[in-house]
Amino acid sequence: MKTYLVERLGIGAVTLLGMSIVIFALLRFAPGDIVDILFSTGGYVRPEERIAIMKELGIDKPYTAQYLEWMGQLLRGDLGKSYNYGSPAWDVIRPKIPVTLELAVLATIVAVLLGVPTGVVSAVRQDTTLDYVLRVLSLAGLSMPSFWLGMVIILGMVTWLGWIPSITYVSPTENFRMHVLQFALPALAVGYRSSALITRITRSALLEVLREDYIRTAWAKGQTERAVVWSHALKNAMLPVITVIGIEFAFLIGGLIVTERVFNLPGVANYLVEAILARDYPIVQNLVMFIAIVVILSNLAVDLLYGFLDPRVRYGG
Amino acid sequence: MAAEPASATAHTIAAAPLSKQPGAWTLLGRFCRKKPLGAAGGVVTVLIVLTAVFANQLQTYDPIATEAAQTLAPPGGEHWLGTDHLGRDIYSRIVHGARVSLIVGVASTLLGSVLGGIIGLLSGYAGGKTDLITQRVMDILQGLPLLVLALVVSAALGPSIQNVILAISVPIIPRAARVIRSSVLSIREMQYVEAARALGLKHARIAFRHILPNTVGPFIVLCTAQLGSAILVEAALSFLGLGVPEPYPSWGRMLSVSAAEYAQKAPHLVIFPGLAISLAVFGSNLLGDALRDTLDPRLRGA
Repeated sequence: MKTYLVERLGIGAVTLLGMSIVIFALLRFAPGDIVDILFSTGGYVRPEERIAIMKELGIDKPYTAQYLEWMGQLLRGDLGKSYNYGSPAWDVIRPKIPVTLELAVLATIVAVLLGVPTGVVSAVRQDTTLDYVLRVLSLAGLSMPSFWLGMVIILGMVTWLGWIPSITYVSPTENFRMHVLQFALPALAVGYRSSALITRITRSALLEVLREDYIRTAWAKGQTERAVVWSHALKNAMLPVITVIGIEFAFLIGGLIVTERVFNLPGVANYLVEAILARDYPIVQNLVMFIAIVVILSNLAVDLLYGFLDPRVRYGG
Repeated sequence: MAAEPASATAHTIAAAPLSKQPGAWTLLGRFCRKKPLGAAGGVVTVLIVLTAVFANQLQTYDPIATEAAQTLAPPGGEHWLGTDHLGRDIYSRIVHGARVSLIVGVASTLLGSVLGGIIGLLSGYAGGKTDLITQRVMDILQGLPLLVLALVVSAALGPSIQNVILAISVPIIPRAARVIRSSVLSIREMQYVEAARALGLKHARIAFRHILPNTVGPFIVLCTAQLGSAILVEAALSFLGLGVPEPYPSWGRMLSVSAAEYAQKAPHLVIFPGLAISLAVFGSNLLGDALRDTLDPRLRGA
């Protein structure tokens, strides 16, 4: 168990190192740097001024030096300075993390509550009209851009309920009801999409388990359908479902980018786009690394959860 | 081996339209009867392809011509689906948007799948250290959500249609490499490959002439599955202003450019482009699912 954990963390570290190189190289390809953008409104800039600013921001040094400096900062837990805000990057990012995390958790809850029961019903009633309808509905969820779904939900609320969602972020301490409403809609839009994958996996995993001998035994004992499906079968079908939930949770951040923008929530994903548009290297670099760390850790968490849920799973030789 | 019938079926279906076998229409008929949803998805996909091809004939107005007197006109009358804030005809823009979405979607899917496929083929065939290192590199690329990676690549390259295609294809590479590698791993161990090796054929010939053709099934499944998500990523990138640049009408950008601002006054600005995206992706998803069931029996019922 311990060696397994060390090994997995080692692989994770190597992956992160590789990713840092990829991200760094990509951002240096970008045409136009921060200095151009800072001065794009100012008209003509004297070359001396330009050099002075580049020196201040540390982008006059060779790439390898810049990269090593960045790595050093990361190891010290220093995320550098935001070019655009002129304040430490961590101060800019930190207040945005809870927003994204809350949205991701809510969306995952919506996805599970929607996806697992749908998948179970679909599997139990395999090849009936109900099964078809549910499968088409979940595939429709996979096909709609979640940001568009968000826009349509807002539009519907405004048109039919005459209710206009707050344009600015409402903190939970300020007005809890408003806050919940503000988060419920984007969570619904994003959760519906993720629920489609959960439905699929639940359905196929359950179909496989339902064919097993111990299920036949349970039926033969005269147990009710509810007991057989929901407690006997579902328990064993949960493993792949949990994998998907774990992967989806980490990857939700991709779906949140556009959704946070539509709902104007000050989250990490929304800010990533802003930073990319402003070529704010330290922010982009560190945000992408942050996302990568979340992905790797949640994958690890899922793997560890396996052993807890299924004693047959052993770690390491 | 489970993979043998899989590749055999794939081969028959893929080759059917080319050879003079009388079975092509029969196969198509059987597919429609057994997979009505997949057939419906196929019809939708064909319709969208036709729309893209005949966009010039289907348009009722110039999709980029602005008309100051006709801004935010509601659907109906002269403008079937209304006009946007610059007085451009929404219907004509959606018709032309099909072209952009499809070109970007198909090109990026093919580029990513072919590059990933070759990497997967070489990595799976070579095995050993090469395979291990390649897999680690693929892990790195796959460690980021598709949209995040596409966003960074697209920002790095700057906005143009070629760069968007490139940006969307990059995240597809590791996914394609995984799929093709795993099918190469099982094909590699088959007797006919052993026979080819015994005949003293060169590695390149075995890999490309003997193994590659049998990965066609998974490859087609992979492409149709990725097409939908490529179209969605294009829409998202364009929505964020990092996708296909003006003047090309793009479904994603139609939703961003002040659509939200005018949404209450003109809901058709939001509804129709989104419906177009959803329909296109839905069609290719339905088709992809049915193809997967048909061509890849290992996943049957999944």
